[in-house]
Amino acid sequence: MSEPRMPIESGVPEMEPYLHPVLKKNYGQWAWHERPRPGVLHHVAKSGDDIWTVRAGTQRQLDLYTIRKLMDIADEFAEGYVRFTIRSNIEFMVSEESKVQPLIDKLESEGFPIGGTGNSVSMIAHTQGWLHCDIPGTDASGAVKALMDDLYDEFVKEEMPNRVRITTSCCQINCGGQGDIAINIQHTKPPKIDHTQVANVCERPSVVARCPVAAIRPAMVNGKPSLEVDEKKCICCGACFPPCPPMQINDPEHSKFAIWVGGKNSNARSKPTFHKLVAAGVPNNPPRWPEVSSIVKQILGAYKADAKDWERIGEWAERIGWPKFFEKTGLPFTKYHIDNWRGSRNNLNASAHIRF
Amino acid sequence: MAKQMHDTPMLDQLESGPWPSFVTGLKRLAKDNDMMVDLLGQLETSYETRKGYWKGGTVGVIGYGGGIIPRFTELKGDDGQALFPAAAEFHTLRVMPPPGMHYDTNTIRKFCDIWEKYGSGLIAFHGQSGDIMFQGCSTDNVQPAFDAINEMGFDLGGAGPAVRTGMSCVGAARCENSCVDEGRTMRMLVNNALDDMHRPALPYKFKYKVSGCPNDCMNSVQRADLATIGTWRDDMKVDQDEVKKFVGARGRKYVIDNVITRCPTQALSLNDDDTLAVDNPSCVRCMHCINVMNKALSPGDDKGITLLCGGKRTLKIGDLMGTVIVPFHKLETDEDFEWLEELATEILDFFAENALEHERTGEMIERIGLVNFLEGVGLEIDPNMIERPRMNPYVRTDEWDEEAAKWAERKAAQ
Repeated sequence: MSEPRMPIESGVPEMEPYLHPVLKKNYGQWAWHERPRPGVLHHVAKSGDDIWTVRAGTQRQLDLYTIRKLMDIADEFAEGYVRFTIRSNIEFMVSEESKVQPLIDKLESEGFPIGGTGNSVSMIAHTQGWLHCDIPGTDASGAVKALMDDLYDEFVKEEMPNRVRITTSCCQINCGGQGDIAINIQHTKPPKIDHTQVANVCERPSVVARCPVAAIRPAMVNGKPSLEVDEKKCICCGACFPPCPPMQINDPEHSKFAIWVGGKNSNARSKPTFHKLVAAGVPNNPPRWPEVSSIVKQILGAYKADAKDWERIGEWAERIGWPKFFEKTGLPFTKYHIDNWRGSRNNLNASAHIRF
Repeated sequence: MAKQMHDTPMLDQLESGPWPSFVTGLKRLAKDNDMMVDLLGQLETSYETRKGYWKGGTVGVIGYGGGIIPRFTELKGDDGQALFPAAAEFHTLRVMPPPGMHYDTNTIRKFCDIWEKYGSGLIAFHGQSGDIMFQGCSTDNVQPAFDAINEMGFDLGGAGPAVRTGMSCVGAARCENSCVDEGRTMRMLVNNALDDMHRPALPYKFKYKVSGCPNDCMNSVQRADLATIGTWRDDMKVDQDEVKKFVGARGRKYVIDNVITRCPTQALSLNDDDTLAVDNPSCVRCMHCINVMNKALSPGDDKGITLLCGGKRTLKIGDLMGTVIVPFHKLETDEDFEWLEELATEILDFFAENALEHERTGEMIERIGLVNFLEGVGLEIDPNMIERPRMNPYVRTDEWDEEAAKWAERKAAQ
């Protein structure tokens, strides 16, 4: 019996072997950049060197045939190096301007959209969903594909007041993260408990501890140790489901989408902000989720028409005020928009500042 | 020859439209991969029933306790047999990319060859925590697939209650706003904590993210337990000739409306000769004016980092931003990097020892208070750590004189 192979615990690899030679040469020595057209960045180094970057959208969930096609393009039309952005766009770097247009032509002819730079709706932050997650309320790849089909022009034309970063998440853990617009599953019914399984599968005290509102308590059900939920207290967050799969929170009918706006991680102008709830009760309707698209387009349309240059969606809403936000987007304002979690009074209007 | 394809009328509707279709890619793989044929069958079922059908389990590689995301199908017939048996095991390997997600084509081609041999052929560039995700592997193939990837110089990322895969922006490689060597910083932070990544035993996950400037393209303030953000403490640089050119090209109204009045601290003023006056002590390094006029304006020369701790999303107590724990520190010399490595180790150790099960750093700090956390990791208080002083009187101030004396000492030492 041979010895088992032990891992080489090498950690994060070095960057240098994978860097385009112009990036390597000018590392830390860049002077300025411009965006000659949507999807293209031109960076100029202090040495005078130039690099053009062409950014293309991908489906993120890449089959190896598509990956090899992208690598063929990188070898033939670019210079053998690529990188990916945090939003799964692929970037090709070329050191001569003359290579830019043939590269764009090739990518477009193969069906890859060029854009996602500047004031665009870039690719949507993408989670796993039904394809691979163990706790999803919906699919990620399909919802992203359907939305990006609808928002394609905003990716390639880049005509928004400022950048728009959209995220999707298949449960309230929100792996997609904060966004100018976040599209997240919002459960509306308490978990359905399979009491025959709880004692076998779940570490009950830790499930009790996970609940943000202390709605779960140990109980004997039909002679078996299980858990019960105070359904009046339950906020349907689904926190109990990952540690205890018999507490099924996903429901084909009652797991809805909620839509949030105004998350921003940049420090530019205003401090970073979290996204705010603007719509809920949106049906989870595969394969193309048209109701989600419709609301996202309503919000984007109002933002595009009304925001000032460089205003992110949240900054626009804060300037015009939330009453106007609901008016301009046509979304209903409900009691569910009024925060009642801890610290909620910080989110109330403690002033006579009212816009008329 | 692969098995026959299942009908997928719902997924088929995701093949139309202008955006690249993952369904078309899955179908191409399915032509000669039975796992993908059955994966499409299970996914179509999810679309029909609106239910997920994966459960976790225990699959790993020798020597590590994490980094593989095990998935076993729960979609079974009355006889207990998987309805889509070729995809009954569909595990993911999380693999850490180089900082900045740069690749040469040969490396990615080798990944493809490995994944063609051992996996489904489906790779995500990249997952939400920054891993290359090799998706779709049988239990038996996890070890040889990992061995092949590992021999290429790549290592598994984090999963579970562990240090997670780090992220850093493109930064110094191709961005004029870079204030720190982002890649070196992220690599150092993660590679210093590999034991806590590969053998998960922390209270919960711990994430490092590094952004080279306050634009924070890595979203570190909202998502990282320890966010490292590049900044500078001297005056920002102004090329007045370029300012004049910009004003000439875009007009004064544009500059006033989009630069001067958008400064959050009113630190900018347009002079009568179309040059720019900057009140640097009032500047908060928000980046807006530099973003708009990137040829004319740039960060200063005395660069370093701001560290923030405790960012996370909702569960359990609600969303938390990272907050400042070190307003500024240089990060240039080997000694600077050693300082950060030691501090990060202190913070990770303190988290490991003091957080409750399933508690993130932000929740721990909320529970014990920032001052206790700072004392625990050996950092001094600083007024840059607060938005405003306390507004309630619920505090014992017995040792006010001693604390005031400490402030005087610190001021004198500066």
